[in-house]
Amino acid sequence: MMRYSLIILLLTVIVPVTATAEPSAAEGKTLYRIYCTQCHGIEGDGYGINVEDMEVLPRDHTDAKEMLTRTDQDLFKAIKHGGKAIDKSVLMPNWDANFSDEQIMSLVRYLRSVCCNAAGN
Amino acid sequence: MNKTRRCLHDYRIACVTVIALTGITFGAAAGAADGEQYLQAHCADCHTLDAPDVAQLAATERAERKGPQLHYAGNKFRKDWLRAWLVAPTRIRPGGSFPPDHTVVTDEGDVIDATTLADHPSVPADSVDAVVASLMSRRLQDPPTLAEPYEPKTGTLMLGRMDFNKFKGCGACHRDATDSGGLSGPELYTAWHRLQADFIVSYTADPIAWDPHSMMPNRHLKESDVHKLADYLKLVAEQEQ
Repeated sequence: MMRYSLIILLLTVIVPVTATAEPSAAEGKTLYRIYCTQCHGIEGDGYGINVEDMEVLPRDHTDAKEMLTRTDQDLFKAIKHGGKAIDKSVLMPNWDANFSDEQIMSLVRYLRSVCCNAAGN
Repeated sequence: MNKTRRCLHDYRIACVTVIALTGITFGAAAGAADGEQYLQAHCADCHTLDAPDVAQLAATERAERKGPQLHYAGNKFRKDWLRAWLVAPTRIRPGGSFPPDHTVVTDEGDVIDATTLADHPSVPADSVDAVVASLMSRRLQDPPTLAEPYEPKTGTLMLGRMDFNKFKGCGACHRDATDSGGLSGPELYTAWHRLQADFIVSYTADPIAWDPHSMMPNRHLKESDVHKLADYLKLVAEQEQ
């Protein structure tokens, strides 16, 4: 009985922490490296390995001036639904099938840290 | 022939048949076993050979892969291509299995550091048939199905190229010719020879259904648009020959 009580107590403490974990720039950084650097570049400057034959350069995420004209919702929408959804290039695909909304938010946090030194957490 | 002799005769024929059939089965089993042993000894370090428990995989698992997953090789590859390629492999992924691991930052932009790319080992000719048999036996129990059957149609290279690059954006990551297209994805100018047609269609329509950590997005294309892309890959591959 004592053991069950302890397990239940642990679950009530641990589960909410896991379930409510905030999207973090650190997670976004990891996802960015896997899915985004090919086009946006290892340093986020828009010069990834794929750009040589592109007609439109990918967004330079280090350009604070340009990035500050975009709201977090704009960035979220562009990642989730692709460039076409915000009247930008079709070369930026929709990532809605690859990422959860929380993962997309973590990418937005990371973008803010790249462009604007925002803590992101 | 009296009844006893006929029974003996039939018994001998049955015995010979059983021995012959058993020998064939043992032979086939031995070949498959050799292929399995070869895969486990030489391929398992870089390739997933059995379906992973996706729920147990980290979201970042894709970054740790050293080679393509092979647990659905039988759904994916054309057998004849696979056999020829394993004996004399060529590079399919210009940026390797995980391009960021092979990318360096330069003043002219990011480039692939080719010195970090390892060549795929070749499979000895005397083992390749067994290896191919083991690979082709690897199929998903319940593979994604096509919404509509795919029958290749004739298109034009010019329209196909425009669709592939400008309208669908595939060229951002994939090469459709030896000298044009992106570098992060596998080249697609030989995809038609390499991959089963239904797999091309199914994976293009929904890559996540095959690989939950695929680096390819699901563009939510109409089935007819996916068919047109497959038609283009056929044209391109035939052109490259």
